[in-house]
Amino acid sequence: MTAATPTLSRPGPAASAGATSLGRRRKKIPPARIIAFVILVVLAFAWLVPVLWATLTSLKTEAEAAAMPVSIFPKSGFTLGSYIEVLSAGRVPRWAWNSLFTSAMVTLITVIISSLAGYALSRMRFAGRKLIISMILASIMIPAQILIVPLFQLMLTLNLVDTYWGIILPQVVAAPMVFILMKFFDQIPYELEEAALMDGASRFRILLSIILPLSRPILGAVSIFVFIGAWNNFLWPFIVVNDANLMTLPTGLQTVISAYGIQYAQNMAQAVLAALPLIVVFLFFQRQIIKGISTTGIAGT
Amino acid sequence: MTTADGLAAPSGARTGSVPAGDTSHLTEGRRARRRTDTLRGWLYCAPFLIAFGLFLIWPTIYGFWMSFTGTSLAGTNTQFVGLDNWVEALGDANVWTSLGNTVWFTVLSTVPLVVVALVLAVLVNTGLPGQWLWRLSFFLPFLLASTVVSQFWVWMYNPQLGLVNTFLGWFGITGPTWLQDPSTAMVAVVITTVWWTVGFNFLLYLAALQNIPESLYEAASLDGAGAWRKFRSITLPQLAPTTVLVLVLQILASLKVFDQIFQMTGGGPGGSTRPVLLYIYEVGFTGYRLGYASAISYIFFFLIIIISIVYMVIASRRSVKA
Repeated sequence: MTAATPTLSRPGPAASAGATSLGRRRKKIPPARIIAFVILVVLAFAWLVPVLWATLTSLKTEAEAAAMPVSIFPKSGFTLGSYIEVLSAGRVPRWAWNSLFTSAMVTLITVIISSLAGYALSRMRFAGRKLIISMILASIMIPAQILIVPLFQLMLTLNLVDTYWGIILPQVVAAPMVFILMKFFDQIPYELEEAALMDGASRFRILLSIILPLSRPILGAVSIFVFIGAWNNFLWPFIVVNDANLMTLPTGLQTVISAYGIQYAQNMAQAVLAALPLIVVFLFFQRQIIKGISTTGIAGT
Repeated sequence: MTTADGLAAPSGARTGSVPAGDTSHLTEGRRARRRTDTLRGWLYCAPFLIAFGLFLIWPTIYGFWMSFTGTSLAGTNTQFVGLDNWVEALGDANVWTSLGNTVWFTVLSTVPLVVVALVLAVLVNTGLPGQWLWRLSFFLPFLLASTVVSQFWVWMYNPQLGLVNTFLGWFGITGPTWLQDPSTAMVAVVITTVWWTVGFNFLLYLAALQNIPESLYEAASLDGAGAWRKFRSITLPQLAPTTVLVLVLQILASLKVFDQIFQMTGGGPGGSTRPVLLYIYEVGFTGYRLGYASAISYIFFFLIIIISIVYMVIASRRSVKA
């Protein structure tokens, strides 16, 4: 945690330092810098190519997309035909809603139960505390994928197969997040709470009105991390849901690939539509998301 | 400990029953407080612990039990079969080839995912203009769902219509059929994986690079060190803990490969890309043999545990040295 926090404020000064050194050397930019810049441009472009190529294909007609030889830009001009087709005939909007709903619920429940547990483990001294912490830490080793078989059996027993709750509930257990929150709460000075306790505030009130507002950055980071994970989760929703109306975007898309076969432009239009929500969110919250991923990524271990 | 006791003290004092200076009452109050804290502590942990127990611990135990039974997806046959599943799994050639594929994928993907991430982070960290664009380009694919990534790349690798072979064609090279060819399918999947997930390691390295104190470089400059020398003597050693972290996270993540292989090749051609998790899925959900699938799951789990323990030993030795 401590190692990660200074990074948050860093990009500003680092970028400005780069700018001033550029300005100072305006007369003579060192060749190594030019080479580095060219390499970066080439790599960044290469990284964007698959996305650009899919987008270009999605804007062609089916005939054009399957035409030989391959043309980069469509000769007969761009068309939104595939998008219209997909949005009117397919279930993409429905799956997008399912993804949004289940991911938001997973994030909400995870953050609530993890903060409660993290607060207790950080601030209260009680019998079994150490046991809980070591159990949480040890459980991080368990690969979620090997649990699909017994989890599916459990869902059958609980009658949760083909339900939203079946998708949501198994995803709310995020042991690393409890640990991250606990570590963060540990850093908040006790004096703040002492004063509130003196005034007769309850533990729960202190958590709500003192601890959580002070923890906004880490709560944001955890939420982003959990949300992206839930939004993109494939295996579990794929296993627990068979009803096409309950599928999330990643699982729904998978069933369509086999159904549509060789409709390249429509396949790409679906994929681009499925990618779009998170890309838009990323463009708006780039800084927070990058911070969130690097803090939880580092602290998560 | 002391702060925690001090913290809760006022609530005891507020009852007004403890006269100041009476220590015997104080210890009694403290004991009572601890009892209420135990209750409260468990109460606050309860929602998490219930989910934790139900959806993580129980399936872990139940799965282990299932590996000793003949359970099928229909759920009727739950008879105890002892070590039959385990013996069968250890003699099943598909288990070994799929485990081999998993390890092979891990080896092939981990090296570029660490090296490329480091190179990208070092290049971006030089402060070249366009920071926003670099981060966007390299990190964006990480935000895509596996299905989207697989769709994009199946289209890229299309032997006749894909961009990869079109590009090779410009140089007069006839590209392979990629995903349909056993000798190139795994490499193709690895390239896709590097493209998809390198952004995460890139961000971890970038954060670590920004934490290296500027003063180290300044001191080295005064000593007349060149750029390469600074990279070797300052940057790399300073990044060592991050590299260990990235390496371990990457190995563990690569061992769990499933999504993109399932979606891009279905494990083919001829099982040449099938990872062990895909074999478990096939045995359990296509072959309906849940008990047998559990046994294979646990063989895989033990592999993960061994690797985690090796990491912990290395990490603890490192911290002892430091």
